[in-house]
Amino acid sequence: MSLLSCQNVSFSYEGKDVLSKINFSINQGDYLCMIGENGAGKSTLIKGILNLKKPSSGRILTGEGVKQNEIGYLPQQTQIQKDFPASVYEVVLSGRLNSCGIRPFYNKKDKQDALDKMDKLGILFLKDKCYRELSGGQQQRVLLARALCATKRMILLDEPITGLDPIMSMELYELVKELNQKENITVIMVSHDVRGAIDYASHILHLGKTQLFFGKREDYKNSELGKHFLTGGIEA
Amino acid sequence: MMETIIEIFSYPFMIRAVIVGVLVSLCAALLGTSLVLKRYSMIGDGLSHVGFAALAVAYVTNLAPLSVAIPVCVLAAFLLLRMNENSKIKGDAATALMCSGALAIGIMAVSLTTGMNTDVCNYMFGSILAMSKSDVTISIILSVVVIILFVAFYPRIFAVTFDETFAKATGTKSDLYNMIIALLTAMTVVLGMRMMGTLLISSLIVFPSLSAMRICKKFITVIITSVLISILCFCAGIYVSYVYSTPTGASIVIANIIVFITFSLIEKMRERVTQL
Repeated sequence: MSLLSCQNVSFSYEGKDVLSKINFSINQGDYLCMIGENGAGKSTLIKGILNLKKPSSGRILTGEGVKQNEIGYLPQQTQIQKDFPASVYEVVLSGRLNSCGIRPFYNKKDKQDALDKMDKLGILFLKDKCYRELSGGQQQRVLLARALCATKRMILLDEPITGLDPIMSMELYELVKELNQKENITVIMVSHDVRGAIDYASHILHLGKTQLFFGKREDYKNSELGKHFLTGGIEA
Repeated sequence: MMETIIEIFSYPFMIRAVIVGVLVSLCAALLGTSLVLKRYSMIGDGLSHVGFAALAVAYVTNLAPLSVAIPVCVLAAFLLLRMNENSKIKGDAATALMCSGALAIGIMAVSLTTGMNTDVCNYMFGSILAMSKSDVTISIILSVVVIILFVAFYPRIFAVTFDETFAKATGTKSDLYNMIIALLTAMTVVLGMRMMGTLLISSLIVFPSLSAMRICKKFITVIITSVLISILCFCAGIYVSYVYSTPTGASIVIANIIVFITFSLIEKMRERVTQL
């Protein structure tokens, strides 16, 4: 049983198929990079994996003790968050909510976990800073710490480098790689920055209304599709 | 000044007004922070107009005002939030529709029977004389409910306010908590509109939290500060209103405006200082 598997999954909006016949599975420690052009169905698949949208057919299964609400999610930033008055600590701690169950408040273990995750990502010194006053890179680290609070084994990053400069992007990629290799956390990343993202991934899923490619990175680089898309990506 | 305050509290109707006012200000400020940040600032306005229509209809049909207005407002709050999510009419348009539509229905209902009189005027602009003993009891019960629910769900309300998608993806029932926020808002608006008036109640929701956000950097301090601002402005407003015979609702709003401007200036000055 793999950590996450999609079995012949299709999604549709108002009866129209936007994504069909998705078949793949990933295991503990994999680093999957999801690529495809705008409108290829990446966001739709993410919503499906996170249980925010039901597939019109097929099944998405999580295994090995990971529940669907235990996927750490790093969403694209919303406008609301940019001027939100909250301390870094408050934001990170909110990631522990899914382990509270019916308990109304956070306990000591929740608070300690939030501090540990902040320490791990090197943002402990920002603990009492206001979220809206941080740089883009720091904000992403905060949201990543929150995502780690919500999960033990799998994180899903949706366009994590949008709005970051090249140096901050590199730092974020390195950080995610470290989490993947040292902590053995499974990573699913969606990115526009194909060249940068692919270098770190172990597996590639290429979408275009349907599944165009799924497999190891090396195989993708050698495939016709991969060669075409990667060189195209560089020139654009 | 002390004498005036003692004089104020020698009138039973003033005591009632102060009790209800403080409680409503407190609830409005608690909920306001979440509503403003979620971009639902206009919901208070929409609900108060619906409340006005409900009160007018209740007045015409001789029903108890609050027993009509509270359920109607709760229903309207649910509708407004639902519309925001998935419908062809978007949230702000829906609020605008509801505002003017409800106002028209209310005025029609009144004009068909008695014409515009003081009672209706009171609902529009508020009156501290409107508080009866049963209003006080209902206010106390409802505000206790609001406070308990808010405190009990505080971590969840924060999560849903900050990032609804993340909350939903990690298994928080964000729809449920949105409903709770809507329900509490509706109850607060109905209670507050009789004192503040239909036209001014949304200021109670919006002003204190916006003022607090100027100077506070944590969610919890924003909420506590906005509650303090709200209660303080209410007291200042009602004092001025008593001494200079100005309309209560408007006096409270003016107090809020002054605080807002002051805090904005403090924020600006702070930014200057950090830039130097």
